[in-house]
Amino acid sequence: MSNWSEVVALEDIPRLGSRVVKTDTVNIAVFRTASDEVFAMKDECPHKQGPLSQGIVHGTSVTCPLHNWKIDLASGEALGPDEGCTNVFPVKIENGMVFIDFKMAVAA
Amino acid sequence: MKEKLVLIGNGMAGMRALEELFKHNTSDEKGSDQYDITVIGAEPHPNYNRIMLSPVLAGEQTIDDIILNSLEWYEENDIELVTGDAAAEISRVKKSVITESGKEFPYDRLLIATGSNPFIIPIPGADKEGVLGFRDIHDVDTMVQASKDYNKAVVIGGGLLGLEAANGLMKQGMDVMVVHLLDSLMERQLDKPASALLKASLEKRGMTFMMEASTAEIIGDKRVSGLRFTDGTIVAAELVVMAVGIRPNFELAQKAGIHCERGIVVNDTMQTFDPTIYAVGECVQHRNECYGLVAPLFEQAKVAANHLARVGSTRYIGSMTSTKLKVTGIDLFSAGEFNEEEGDEVLQMQDVASGVYKKLVLKDNVIKGAVMFGDTMDGTWYFSLMRDATNVADFRKTILFGQHDLGDAGHGEATMVMSLPDDAEICGCNGVSKGDIVQAISKNGIFTLDEVRAHTKASSSCGSCTGLVESILASTVGEGYDATPSKKAVCSCTDHGHDDVIDAIKDHELKTIPAVREFLEWKTPDGCAACRPALNYYLLARWPEEYEDDLQSRFINERAHGNIQKDGTYSVVPRMFGGLVKPDELRAIADVCDKFDVPEMKVTGGQRIDMFGIKKEDLPAMWKDLSDAGFVSGHAYGKAMRTVKTCAGNTWCRFGTQNSTGLGVKLEELTWGSYMQHKYKLAVSGCPRNCAEATIKDFGVVCVDSGYELHIGGNGGIKVRVTDLLCKVETEEEVLEYCAAFTQKYREEAHYLERTAPWVERVGLTYIKDCVLDDEKERKALAERFKISQKVAQVDPWKARAEGQASHEFTQLKIAG
Repeated sequence: MSNWSEVVALEDIPRLGSRVVKTDTVNIAVFRTASDEVFAMKDECPHKQGPLSQGIVHGTSVTCPLHNWKIDLASGEALGPDEGCTNVFPVKIENGMVFIDFKMAVAA
Repeated sequence: MKEKLVLIGNGMAGMRALEELFKHNTSDEKGSDQYDITVIGAEPHPNYNRIMLSPVLAGEQTIDDIILNSLEWYEENDIELVTGDAAAEISRVKKSVITESGKEFPYDRLLIATGSNPFIIPIPGADKEGVLGFRDIHDVDTMVQASKDYNKAVVIGGGLLGLEAANGLMKQGMDVMVVHLLDSLMERQLDKPASALLKASLEKRGMTFMMEASTAEIIGDKRVSGLRFTDGTIVAAELVVMAVGIRPNFELAQKAGIHCERGIVVNDTMQTFDPTIYAVGECVQHRNECYGLVAPLFEQAKVAANHLARVGSTRYIGSMTSTKLKVTGIDLFSAGEFNEEEGDEVLQMQDVASGVYKKLVLKDNVIKGAVMFGDTMDGTWYFSLMRDATNVADFRKTILFGQHDLGDAGHGEATMVMSLPDDAEICGCNGVSKGDIVQAISKNGIFTLDEVRAHTKASSSCGSCTGLVESILASTVGEGYDATPSKKAVCSCTDHGHDDVIDAIKDHELKTIPAVREFLEWKTPDGCAACRPALNYYLLARWPEEYEDDLQSRFINERAHGNIQKDGTYSVVPRMFGGLVKPDELRAIADVCDKFDVPEMKVTGGQRIDMFGIKKEDLPAMWKDLSDAGFVSGHAYGKAMRTVKTCAGNTWCRFGTQNSTGLGVKLEELTWGSYMQHKYKLAVSGCPRNCAEATIKDFGVVCVDSGYELHIGGNGGIKVRVTDLLCKVETEEEVLEYCAAFTQKYREEAHYLERTAPWVERVGLTYIKDCVLDDEKERKALAERFKISQKVAQVDPWKARAEGQASHEFTQLKIAG
């Protein structure tokens, strides 16, 4: 069962930037790319749990601010020779609003 | 429909071109998304590292160790591979290649990388059994087999390849004599003293030599049994290796009517006279040069690939090369023009007992060439000075003692990588040992520093071990190590270097990040975490009044105006001008710490107070309180002007000669808020006792009775560098003007993330003196530009955010409903 929650208006996420959604359990980073695609994933780098939301977004990946790991926004997987993965969540945009399905953490 | 690309030659240059081509794919597709590729190779092997044949012959590596592209790799990348069937004909009319077995492969574009052949001296008997060149795996196999059945080997040719072959055969247990036509070994790479040292050192290992000997005939029945020289002397030999040189292999191209001279003639985009046919590698003649080393081939491959992928206007403009001999235990380095001509100057050092010889050839204080034997530690350093044409006047007295003599308190003798055991830690930040690096290099076929960084993380954090990692690379891959990119690209998004970007922004009045990327043909749509902050800074520095800072291109510290800590919290450091502080201010800081539950405070090395463990969402409220108490941001988190450290000065100190605290405050008022390429620190000491440590700062002032000494380009940190004395001035006004001018010169010209210390070393003190000291008009103009930039920069970011600017950055979202 999906369970969509409205989190933020698209225009309130900076292009090539992110916002952080606090939940009872984990923080979730919501990213917006240059072409207005939106992705959501657990706000923890698979390397040393750095807050990915604070990284620099480019293309469809984000560079972790702590040790420069590059994480693919769509899959949550580390790119290049690094190995690791963080959970991603399904996202949809309706009428300019961003929804996240929190129950559906896509298993890594 | 994809076009067809046929590559003749399954060797290092051609395969490198394919790998470069794949990097241009716009999709995730493996292989090339523009071409269907066929590779035709005469040898029955996949691509291997030809320069590592010497260690294989010496039994130090195996064939498997030196395979660069496995058969699976060809499959994965959808490449049709033809091995053991050489190309026999190129039909330019039909646009196809025909192999020896008669197979035909049509092409739209053809890439020729046929390499070179060993030169077999045309003397009687050269076709006897047991006479061979040293070029491929087959030759190595033959030699290793011969070493089991025979004992006496003669190598003809005392050059690089010949000596490596001789060393390998000796390691295989043979008696080896090297025959050389001239009177000194490796005469194209070494001067006579170095050559003599090399010969002595090889003789000590048991190699014998016959110099100035010209072979007349190879004697024997079916198999070789000896050599007769032109003077009639005869020596016995059961194996003869000819290593007298290589000849570009261009027969195939020539037969097809492609213009060839000493090699296949190509232009700067690596195209032959038939523009659908490209050529790279040792078979090529470019601007009248043929190259036999690997670094140039890789540069050529990159240019050809860019052109094949129809991106970019990069051109190959020739290479500067250096040489290292791959004989374990013998350290030898040579580069450039090492035999002096009239008008050149020679710096030379010889330590006979320890077998060390170094020689540099200078012209007008710029290095033209270098030869080193016994201690080649600083080879890469000399080479980069030579490549950058750095004026070495300021340190020529000590240059022969090496780079660590220039104030590098970092590693000193420990930098002799060759002698380090495998478990020696090289990268202290990421805990990477020498063994890890060597293994990553051989396992992944790595040739560049960037690749080592990506695979091992070594040298990717603080960078202090970069020199060590480069040395390991150089010693592991031999001359395949490309220490010589003609310029360093900003990042993998572009082939352009920092200077190209800085110049383009200025000359073409580029005023946005997308404009720069478009103009310089960036390969990625929105750059990466390395180039975006650099471009943002360059634009900000060049157009301070017009450019709108792009927050999303700033590293998080500069976006959140605090230092991100490992747990995701931030630290807050308010500015204390000149390190002075009042009771009310301290009280305000204490109150803020109570109010926001600050878990830890610390006095920093820059004479101010650091508050740790602040949650990001608390930052604006905390800044409001600090701002109300009169504090502004200390920029302790930024690539920016940090602090001005001062000592007590003549107000209190019995030794003080000037008011160092007062001057420190003025300097900080002048410079605060300014963004830089890297952090930037100042200090003012009230007397030569230098309690404020002004001589390890980017800009330091040491007060003396008669005025102020100005020092530049120092830093503590990873590699301590003591400042250079810029000049002495008499008034505080002059101090401020020189400070503004020097700071602006750095801001306008250094590379992003380059501190003043390496910048001063790169451009030379003389250059900076010329602009900032000797040219008054230029100095005043620089100082004026700094002041204009400061008008915009000196707006406190904390106050602005306390008042609501960029509030999204500090507000977390909650789930609705």
